[in-house]
Amino acid sequence: MRDATKTSVAPGSADEATAEPAAPAAPVRDAAKPRSLLQDAVRDLVRKPLFLVSSGIILVLVVMAAFPTLFASADPQLCELGRSLQKPSADAWFGYDARGCDVYARTIHGARTSITVGVLATLGSAVIALLLGLISGFYGRWIDAVISRGIDIVMGIPFLVGAIVILNSFRDEDGFRIGGIWGVLTALTVLGWMSMARIMRSTAMQTKQSDYVTAARSLGASTGRLMFRHVLPNALTPLIVLATISLGVIISAEATLSFLGVGIQEPTISWGVMINQSLGRIRESLHPLLFPAGFVSITVLAFIMLGDAVRDALDPKLR
Amino acid sequence: MAELDKESVDATPNVTEVETVDAATVEEAVAAIEAPVERGEPILQVRNLVKHFPLTQGILFKKQVGAVKAVDGISFDLFQGETLGIVGESGCGKSTVAKLLMMLEKATAGEVFYKGQDITKLSGRALKAVRRNIQMVFQDPYTSLNPRMTVGDIIGEPFEIHPEVAPKGSRRQKVQDLLDVVGLNPEYINRYPHQFSGGQRQRIGIARGLALNPEIIICDEPVSALDVSVQAQVINLMEKLQDEFNLSYLFIAHDLSIVRHISDRVGVMYLGKMAEIGTDAQIYDHPTHPYTQALLSAVPVPDPSAREGRERIILTGDVPSPANPPSGCRFRTRCWKAEERCSTEMPLLAIPERFVASGTPAAHESACHFAEEKNVVHAA
Amino acid sequence: MTTMEKTANVPAPRSDEDYQGPLLEVRDLHVEFHTREGVAKAVNGVNYTVDAGETLAVLGESGSGKSVTAQAIMGILDMPPGRIPQGEILFRGQDMLTMPENERRKIRGRKVAMIFQDALSSLNPVLTVGYQLGEMFRAHLGMSKKDAKLKAIELMDRVRIPAAKERVNDYPHQFSGGMRQRIMIAMALALEPDLIIADEPTTALDVTVQAQVMDLLAELQREYNMGLILITHDLGVVADVADKIAVMYAGRIVETAPVHELYSRPSHPYTRGLLDSIPRLDQKGQELYAIKGLPPNLTRIPAGCAFNPRCPKAQDICATDIPLLHPVTERDGTDLPGRGSACHFWKETIHG
Repeated sequence: MRDATKTSVAPGSADEATAEPAAPAAPVRDAAKPRSLLQDAVRDLVRKPLFLVSSGIILVLVVMAAFPTLFASADPQLCELGRSLQKPSADAWFGYDARGCDVYARTIHGARTSITVGVLATLGSAVIALLLGLISGFYGRWIDAVISRGIDIVMGIPFLVGAIVILNSFRDEDGFRIGGIWGVLTALTVLGWMSMARIMRSTAMQTKQSDYVTAARSLGASTGRLMFRHVLPNALTPLIVLATISLGVIISAEATLSFLGVGIQEPTISWGVMINQSLGRIRESLHPLLFPAGFVSITVLAFIMLGDAVRDALDPKLR
Repeated sequence: MAELDKESVDATPNVTEVETVDAATVEEAVAAIEAPVERGEPILQVRNLVKHFPLTQGILFKKQVGAVKAVDGISFDLFQGETLGIVGESGCGKSTVAKLLMMLEKATAGEVFYKGQDITKLSGRALKAVRRNIQMVFQDPYTSLNPRMTVGDIIGEPFEIHPEVAPKGSRRQKVQDLLDVVGLNPEYINRYPHQFSGGQRQRIGIARGLALNPEIIICDEPVSALDVSVQAQVINLMEKLQDEFNLSYLFIAHDLSIVRHISDRVGVMYLGKMAEIGTDAQIYDHPTHPYTQALLSAVPVPDPSAREGRERIILTGDVPSPANPPSGCRFRTRCWKAEERCSTEMPLLAIPERFVASGTPAAHESACHFAEEKNVVHAA
Repeated sequence: MTTMEKTANVPAPRSDEDYQGPLLEVRDLHVEFHTREGVAKAVNGVNYTVDAGETLAVLGESGSGKSVTAQAIMGILDMPPGRIPQGEILFRGQDMLTMPENERRKIRGRKVAMIFQDALSSLNPVLTVGYQLGEMFRAHLGMSKKDAKLKAIELMDRVRIPAAKERVNDYPHQFSGGMRQRIMIAMALALEPDLIIADEPTTALDVTVQAQVMDLLAELQREYNMGLILITHDLGVVADVADKIAVMYAGRIVETAPVHELYSRPSHPYTRGLLDSIPRLDQKGQELYAIKGLPPNLTRIPAGCAFNPRCPKAQDICATDIPLLHPVTERDGTDLPGRGSACHFWKETIHG
């Protein structure tokens, strides 16, 4: 009886006259092709100096991490005690450290470890946060109570204590601690997801209340569809922003662990390792500390600025 | 508008026994749900529907300290092809009724019979079949469409959830036809909701509601978020669609003028109870419940000369909290007729005795001990 | 906006007795917003006046510029992105747009007060109602805490909040919507202003409460002999309380009229369409008349008369020439005081 496909608008009624002639006057911006919110955001971003500067810095850092030899021809592992603590010069732009290694070459090569650890640990914690936060926020009730208290407990662990315990459990068959990248990655991931999970939980909870989720529910949509088609895409923005910002924080956390000597160890080069090594002779010479520390700061700042710019662009209230 | 057999509707009291079909199998239930209903027959019968939201205290060990009695025992029928308007002020429970009928909330007690099946007790396949036939149009066109989906995805989603309705290849065409039906350009299929105005978005919401060829559409304040000049367009569209697709509407709104315009029958709710129910002429021209009278007289009429002849009843105070409703008649705290009896005895929704035999339009169901006809809409 | 150079041109403040003109006069006001999609022209040359004791209703749909005009009068427009490229807002003959900020602040709140639609978000949730009411007296009149509280109770009595003495220490969420709107009214009245701007004061309220609040507002206005600008989209509310009406569309006033005449004989096709498109309470009509199309995008207002794409009477001239607000007369040319219509075909519209 009721077949929507066969009917068309009966011409002549006062109502139907409305939409068609009005269509061109509708507040649709480009008549030709539609844009999604994401495309809008991208269009917005490329006009922002904050975004351009931060993404420019990040691009350079990433290229540096991928192809360090493009930037530094010197061998970072070649150390001659004879050059110990020489000041920056045309030959070695950042000078030499206490053991006579080229600080510039080491800083460039250190970017790979620092950025890899930063990106992977952030991705890992974001995935954990996304799943736990989404489940917790979507289901609520006892599932939420259990997950939320779990978050509280992990959050209660002092970062350094937790990291040292985790790093200490990474040992080879002889029982020696492995100062490798995997231990640090695990520690940073396990201890880094909580605030992201909390924000994911709260936005998921909020999004779940939306009319469009109710509408899908009343159509009989499955839980999976509600969660991944409706709630997730609309609850993701704060997580993306926070992840971008925490990428910077994680890079500096890696530096902290390596600096304390519990993280990445020689011969792997990272900025934290370099800062750690520079400390012994800090009264005599500052440059082996300043350059890697400066790179950490710039990287952290770039990611935080990027996070800021992305938040502004994705915030629907600003449009 | 549906030409209803008003006589028979009026004469039958609302307490008709509904036979509970004890569906032995899901198949039987589904078969019953898919069977057509004759025009003018009841398609949805609500009996003593109750929804209490518990008020709890404590974080870990929750203790119930009371309940918000959002809907407290209401009964009504929705007939095939008609529009039943439900009016009331905020907090009267009208939106909760919508949620209960859509099975978005679980009823505390009571039954909702859809073609004889109590849908509050259905689940699985039978429930899905019911959902296909009862759809909803939401109040706020800005929040009821997923901003990250295209119009095509939004209107096509019902087909993805109920794939048996339309084979995959035909869906795009169906979506475009639906856009055409609600008066939007079918080429808009790839646009996003934020590129449309409020009225256009509401048309998209209506198209989504029509996709599965439902029999009942529950409209919760469908035009109250729209501009006056756009409201009329949407109302006209809804009336046109009702005729075309033989729909039954449950039209929930606070705007009494719009409800009168679109409804065949109207129910007035107050604090979780039905105060009065009848045809539009009975309720608007011959109201017998004091609350209906006050509500009608308070409506600002856009005609200053008509206004001056009208009697105005200005109620004192606000609606009491549904967590702690007055004893007896719920309206007695604001009623100018209230007497001792009103605080002790709850008035039942029935045709007042004094009007039963009269055969006048005043003979319709009204939950008041002192029901009395009073014309408040027309100038004296 | 206000620069020191401009202050030199401001006429010296006159005492109240000398001043004869209207209480508030808005002259050729323009407001625009710079957005990503271009310049949105929200107000395009609005003129109106309000006298003491008079109620002007500004009627319009969303985007008509009715609220933006009010915000410009109150000086609470967000600038940027907002901008006032031209126009004057004369309060007792003095231009509020060019006067120095400190003088303007003296007028705002004390002489001109505003009531908003959403009372809950306009009140601070962590302060008691009594404190917030008293703040007006403490801040503006330097009263002591105790006196201010007594004044607050008095005000709450004035707006008929039952048991004011007991409720003065309650927080906003403990009041119902209608009571909160009364508190907002009390706050606006506190300093006995000359002019109140009420922006959709009853839209968020239920019908039965709406009537109470509108009655209260009208009564207080009479008592204090205040000017009242009532901004609304509800043709019903206006009919009740207004003396004169200005109908706005796309940032312009399209029709002005005394309240009775607007309803009985609209002289602009937009007003006529609006009146025809609302269903009636006292009779069941057939199909509703619907104005076709959609309100215009403010960044791309149609050339000529902004209403021309939706207008049933539109001719070629409507798409090219912007109609001015013509004085409206009877068929025989007799003046109809207070009536104006910005339509090239006003004669055909009113005299059919």
